[in-house]
Amino acid sequence: MAQIMLWEAIQRAHDEEMSRDPLVICMGEDIGVAGGTYKATKGLYEKYGPLRVMDTPISEGGFTGLAIGASFLGVRPIVEIMSVNFAWLAMDQMFNSAAKIRYMSGGQLAAPCVFRSAGGAAHQLGAQHSARMEKVFMGIAGLRVVTPSNPKQAYGLLKSAIRCDDPVFINEHELMYNMKGEVPDGEYFHPLEGSEVARAGTDVTLFGYNISVHWCLKAAEILDKQYGISAEVVDLYSLSPLDRAGIKASVSKTHRVVIAEEDEAPVGVGSEVIAIINEECFFELDAAPVRVHSALVPQPYNHTLEKAAIPDHEDVVKAVLKLFGKA
Amino acid sequence: MKIEDKKRVLREMVLHRRFEERCYQAYIERKIGGFLHLYPGQEACCNGVMEAARPGHDYVITGYRDHVHAIKCGADPKEVMAELYGKETGSSKGRGGSMHIFDAAHHFMGGYALVGGPFPLAAGIAKAIQLKGGDEIAICFLGDAANNQGVFHETLNMAALWKLPVLFVCENNLYGIGTSIERSTAVVHQHKRVAAYNIPADECDGQDIDIVYEHARKAVDHVRAGNGPFFLELMTYRYRGHSMSDSRGYRSREEEEVWKQRDPILMLRDRLITAGAMTMADYETIEKETDAYIENEVIKFAEESPEPRVEDLEKYVLADRESQQPWLTGKAA
Repeated sequence: MAQIMLWEAIQRAHDEEMSRDPLVICMGEDIGVAGGTYKATKGLYEKYGPLRVMDTPISEGGFTGLAIGASFLGVRPIVEIMSVNFAWLAMDQMFNSAAKIRYMSGGQLAAPCVFRSAGGAAHQLGAQHSARMEKVFMGIAGLRVVTPSNPKQAYGLLKSAIRCDDPVFINEHELMYNMKGEVPDGEYFHPLEGSEVARAGTDVTLFGYNISVHWCLKAAEILDKQYGISAEVVDLYSLSPLDRAGIKASVSKTHRVVIAEEDEAPVGVGSEVIAIINEECFFELDAAPVRVHSALVPQPYNHTLEKAAIPDHEDVVKAVLKLFGKA
Repeated sequence: MKIEDKKRVLREMVLHRRFEERCYQAYIERKIGGFLHLYPGQEACCNGVMEAARPGHDYVITGYRDHVHAIKCGADPKEVMAELYGKETGSSKGRGGSMHIFDAAHHFMGGYALVGGPFPLAAGIAKAIQLKGGDEIAICFLGDAANNQGVFHETLNMAALWKLPVLFVCENNLYGIGTSIERSTAVVHQHKRVAAYNIPADECDGQDIDIVYEHARKAVDHVRAGNGPFFLELMTYRYRGHSMSDSRGYRSREEEEVWKQRDPILMLRDRLITAGAMTMADYETIEKETDAYIENEVIKFAEESPEPRVEDLEKYVLADRESQQPWLTGKAA
């Protein structure tokens, strides 16, 4: 297994799928000649040419709709939306066309598109370039939402998303493209549904996804070494559908829950996970679940304010200690 | 168009008109729910363009005033009516309704309810044709008001940039819902707006099918020859309101009468009679036969068809799970 960076994992998935199937194409702003803002499509323009690696005008609604229309005829477009903040402009097409086409055509048409987008707060990018929007996508019938926390997932989720006949939104993170990790040398398909235990534990479950998995893993390390608390970390790589069975299994084992998300709390992943716990295993709980989340503010530019708005592993540790009456 | 084709098209247009009028009646009787947008007055647009194109072969997409476009592409009127009745035998299995008629087998790619939404979808269909190397073209029928959406401009730009085989047909019926074009749009003649994207465009009378056909032929040939997109504006008029809830208080009955003097069906009928190709009695027979067909077959089929089963409520939200197992579980062979 090779150690590669997350952007390289995404690039490899593109390359393999485009070389296998001439109807797999990719499009987005600066993805071709420039190689992609995050290098995720590096070298593809030279290899597959402008008909299949399309540098688009800055028209998110337009090119997203164009990709969806092409997918009606069996084309498998991978659309990169440079920043998830720009996805608002494409949501009409994603939600009204891609997500609903199978249903409103009575199963006659489908939109097997992949929409990839970088979200999350990076470094002082301000209010209009720092959004987390997974909560918006995961509430839409007909759309799958996945979010990788490491290069292996980034590679395998994209491979599966391209093959799947449903539209899939892949929520990436601006700060994670250079993260290194092991990716299988052979072809690998990550499941689009489910969750995975990133670290086994017995005393408390820390639910995370994408970047917050890493806060949870770091917090688990601290809790173990400094406080003798054994935390289980569950990686919710599938946000729609959420893994009800996986959530229930872990909560039934640890009986305590912290959900960590970079998004703001209202109407978010944490709310959904708590609702699922209520429905599936409420009486397994020994304490009320706790959410760790962003402040409900447009992301501030000022470095100190930005840091204050976004949680990290220390907030996860604090939440667990509070749950155990140690803080 | 040859005389025999004209006679066939006249019969089709009568079906289109009577079908829509029968929908009106069924809506009043509450057999049809939701919103209903009817086409009478504009028949020469769809028919003239599609006679110049290849129905069932070329891909067609449109907005919510979509029944006639679907039927013209080859959809069975019985299934379209059953869809309006919300039945399992409907063209979209009762899940779509009036605004979402689909017939993929006949390359009718649907009716969409977001004004302007089909623009980029049409360009995408054209992109797929381009990638696959087929000789089909994509035809996007929309109204004038759709051109005030941002995706109109985004799509024209991309279609021109990538020389996509797409024909944009603007059925300019002078009103966007209840607002006249003079009150909503700085440029009334829509074909002038596309000059900015270096797309060839044309405008003609949308009431006279012979004129529409002649202009559409040039437009279709241009696109099919691989020259990239074309924009054809047809000046037309819808007799009824935007939808059933519209009492047309924003325009005068006198204006409506002026347009009805140039009715697309009656103009074609009179031309055929003058040419000696048919008699008034022949026309009356067509009307009678059409009404009998609609009543005895179309309405009967819709009335007698079953409702969708409630157990199937969530069917078609996502692809059938069995077929997707390798990707859902990661256990690919």
